[in-house]
Amino acid sequence: MKALAAVAVVLVLTAPAAAGAARTSLPDIEDEVMCVQCGTALNLSTSAVADRERAFIRREIARGRTKQQIKDALVASFGPSVLALPDDTGFGLASWLVPALASLLALVAVAAAARHWRRQPRPPKAQADLDQADASRLEEELAAYDDRR
Amino acid sequence: MRRAAAIAVCAGVAALLAVLAYGVASQGTDRSIDTALAKGQRVAATHKSLPVLGGTGKRSLGDYRGKVVLLNFWASWCPPCTAELPLLERAQRRMDARGGTILGVSYKDIPEDAIGFVHRFGLSYPSLRDRDGDYAHAFATSGIPETFAIDRRGRIAAARRGPVTERWLARTLPPLLSESDR
Repeated sequence: MKALAAVAVVLVLTAPAAAGAARTSLPDIEDEVMCVQCGTALNLSTSAVADRERAFIRREIARGRTKQQIKDALVASFGPSVLALPDDTGFGLASWLVPALASLLALVAVAAAARHWRRQPRPPKAQADLDQADASRLEEELAAYDDRR
Repeated sequence: MRRAAAIAVCAGVAALLAVLAYGVASQGTDRSIDTALAKGQRVAATHKSLPVLGGTGKRSLGDYRGKVVLLNFWASWCPPCTAELPLLERAQRRMDARGGTILGVSYKDIPEDAIGFVHRFGLSYPSLRDRDGDYAHAFATSGIPETFAIDRRGRIAAARRGPVTERWLARTLPPLLSESDR
């Protein structure tokens, strides 16, 4: 009896997590896979093959498959290129390398600019005090301004 | 130090440009098959073991050596592929009697959709499965359907980029079927 109760408790505790993992939707998957013929994300494609992929995803959702299981099934049908990640050859390789190299270059440029800026001679401190003539002129103008008010 | 930084930046920019140039160049379409065929030359066809659609195990074009093969790339989601089926079925009957066959290659298709297509239209010839289009890429296909006439020695003798026509089949098949495999 105790064992049954323990099993029931475990089932109750793990059920929400399992249900959460199983529940997925077409929009949730569509933006993570590609239309295999048009080379765009599935949610952007209206081609015939994209419709077939969507129908397949709907069928798999109806069968209770998780998002990962559906993505695995798509890879089994179409190969890894169905996933919305650039591949590691040809232009796909460029799409990985170019942002990485660009970021590296930007970092180098920022570091060089910072170094250059720190090495610049500081401008001489502005003189704070007015000379006697300017001070008296300022006093006179302020007084005239006050009188006008 | 400033000079070293300038060199580093220049090297980085050059590397970026090189990567971009490589990326763009690798997108180009390979026209070597069409160029050779236009000169009247035949090109050795690529062999790759592919899963048999709706069956077990793998087969390749090499298994059909000695036969004239019409290698036809198709997909269940492709309306022109359906449109050319009556012509292909007729060609299959003619070829079968003279030591030839059509070998279908299901291109980027969901297996159950492709098998459903075979059953619905009663295809009498075998098909292999090119799940990610790599095999089609070896023939520089730019869309489907595309069909390649392979001679008895495994060489591409003609290519049809688009649906086959009665005229293309009539011009291509009889001479190939008359050739020996030597």
